[in-house]
Amino acid sequence: MNSDICIRVENLGKLYRIGEREPYKTLRDTLARPFQRAFSRRSRHSDSRDQYIWALKGVTFNVSEGEVVGIIGMNGAGKSTLLKILSRITEPTEGNAEIHGRVGSLLEVGTGFHSELTGRENAYLSGALLGMKKREIDRKFDEIVSFAELSKFIDTPIKYYSSGMQVRLGFAVAASLETEVLLVDEVLAVGDVAFQKKCMSKMWDVAKEGRTVLFVSHNMGAVSRLCERCVLLDHGRVSSIGETAGVMSTYLNAAYPVRARREFASDPSKPMQIRSVTLLDHQGEASTHLNLVHPIRVTIQVDVRQRISGTHLALSLEKPDGTAICHSTDLDSQPGKVVTWEPGSYVATAEFPGALLNAGTYTIRVGIGLSRGATVQTIDSQTGMSFQLYDPGTFGAMNVDGYQREGLLLLQVPWKIQRTDSCFSKE
Amino acid sequence: MCWRQRQDMIIKPSRRWAFPDLGELWEHRELLYFFAWRDIKVRYKQTVLGAAWAVIQPLLTMVVFSIFFGNFAKIPSEGLPYSIFSYTALVPWTYFANSVSQASGSIVAQRGIITKVYFPRVIVPLASMISGLLDFGIAFVVLVAMMLYYHIFPSFNILFVPLLLIFCVATVLAVGLWLTALNVIYRDIQYAVPFLVQFWLFATPVAYPSSMVPARWRPVLGLNPMTGVVEGFRWSLLGSGEGLGPTFVVSVAIVGLLLVTGLLYFRHMERMFADVV
Repeated sequence: MNSDICIRVENLGKLYRIGEREPYKTLRDTLARPFQRAFSRRSRHSDSRDQYIWALKGVTFNVSEGEVVGIIGMNGAGKSTLLKILSRITEPTEGNAEIHGRVGSLLEVGTGFHSELTGRENAYLSGALLGMKKREIDRKFDEIVSFAELSKFIDTPIKYYSSGMQVRLGFAVAASLETEVLLVDEVLAVGDVAFQKKCMSKMWDVAKEGRTVLFVSHNMGAVSRLCERCVLLDHGRVSSIGETAGVMSTYLNAAYPVRARREFASDPSKPMQIRSVTLLDHQGEASTHLNLVHPIRVTIQVDVRQRISGTHLALSLEKPDGTAICHSTDLDSQPGKVVTWEPGSYVATAEFPGALLNAGTYTIRVGIGLSRGATVQTIDSQTGMSFQLYDPGTFGAMNVDGYQREGLLLLQVPWKIQRTDSCFSKE
Repeated sequence: MCWRQRQDMIIKPSRRWAFPDLGELWEHRELLYFFAWRDIKVRYKQTVLGAAWAVIQPLLTMVVFSIFFGNFAKIPSEGLPYSIFSYTALVPWTYFANSVSQASGSIVAQRGIITKVYFPRVIVPLASMISGLLDFGIAFVVLVAMMLYYHIFPSFNILFVPLLLIFCVATVLAVGLWLTALNVIYRDIQYAVPFLVQFWLFATPVAYPSSMVPARWRPVLGLNPMTGVVEGFRWSLLGSGEGLGPTFVVSVAIVGLLLVTGLLYFRHMERMFADVV
């Protein structure tokens, strides 16, 4: 059992100082400190302006050989610090870790590139930095150049490259790293869409080759496709560890808890007012992180303070950039009717069908309108919440190159192909 | 798929004081080569005069020294033409001055790499010392040409030149390691180094012979290890001075001390480079 373990992390901790001051000292400070101490009452606490923070604390987990493990968590949870410690860039303050096998770490694309040097020279330099021997780079050089699609420009100084070209070269060098253990930090989030797809499928190959990979990412789609297991970090501590799907839903529920329900303060001047909006998943749980396969429900609580007639509840769905996706009112279910509301409290529920919208971020807005002939007067209008639709691995996510399809809708469109050239012989 | 031999790595907080791991350094020798090669390549690509700078700097300094110290101030040059007397010292001196300046800022300049990849950090200042050797070599060729011009033929002492060069590199390394590590922690160093180097030039018998100093005080001059280097070069090539005497011994001892403590200090500070750089 033990022999299978490839990465063993035990009680790892890293203490950082965060303060108003620069992380590095100036000689003046160091020289002045003894004097400050001598003349200051709070001698012992002269450093009290500095605060210390455990970027990692008590982190323990094991990774078996050949496993691909995702490290997820919010910004500042300690993911990058963990990777930096395992890559030996920085030392832990306490605890220890053991890695069996040659380690390659990719924390950045194009590490060590110098703009004056040519693509070829930079490939060698970056390769050497990542731990490759010159012979190894010699052997893989053609592969690197063709992966980066740069054969024509390989002897051009990279200062003349576009940023996309530099990224391609950087990733191509990194991709040729053949270590047993790979530590990868979000390097996929670079380049244009086409190249991202290529990188993703390369990562896919790496995962299938049986190499041990620790993969830090914010891209939940990538993590769920690449990793069998995940470690969830929260404020430097391991908060969950296990099968990807479970850990991920723990993370997503913790990461987006706040806005699944919004309440609005009572405003007696309004005859009719929206008091709360709640977003529910198909099981009736309030959540802003929703599986796109299932229908989603929005409930709106309304207070009616005086008898009012001709009003309707409206709901609109938008992209974060303001693109309207659809607009709906409660009158859709009772067309042509003039509804009269008696004073009291009401709950309205609207349901959006599942398996229609593509993965992404959406925003809900709600309002109450009063129809007066041809015009509509807005009585109340509120921004509800943003929510995420995630792809649990439908045909939209399971594209050949392992990337989410583009587009607003996720429609499975039937195709039919017929041959029309019956007079030609087949070749 | 063929993997290299298995390597196990243990990561834990390191002991307080230790020497750099020489085995690990040897494993990264290609990276050292690549860094030095990059320094040279970039320097020559970006400059119009390229390699000529290696000669221009000591040569022009020599001209200025010859005019002001040799001609006007009539500083003695131990019976040698003042120009070659000063140039012989300027060759190792220029190497020392440039390498120390380059090395001291090197870790901070390579911030982007330091925070993203692991390798023994000592490679960075080491590379700038090694790339400086090329300039030293070019300047040295000019020195040989000058010796031919002045019909100065060295004795067998010339065999000490490689040893003296090693001693010079050790001096650069000792001073460079200290300043590099200090500069990461205290950014004042980058402002202090140019001044320090200038001051150091006049504290070193480059423009004047150490024989200007009374004999019993000369070993004190040796506390500045560049005295040993510079006088050593003159002695082995031009046959001047007292040779590898007490002054030189003091210099060697000082370099030894600075080197050992420099290595320890650098290794000690290295652990936090990525965090503070």
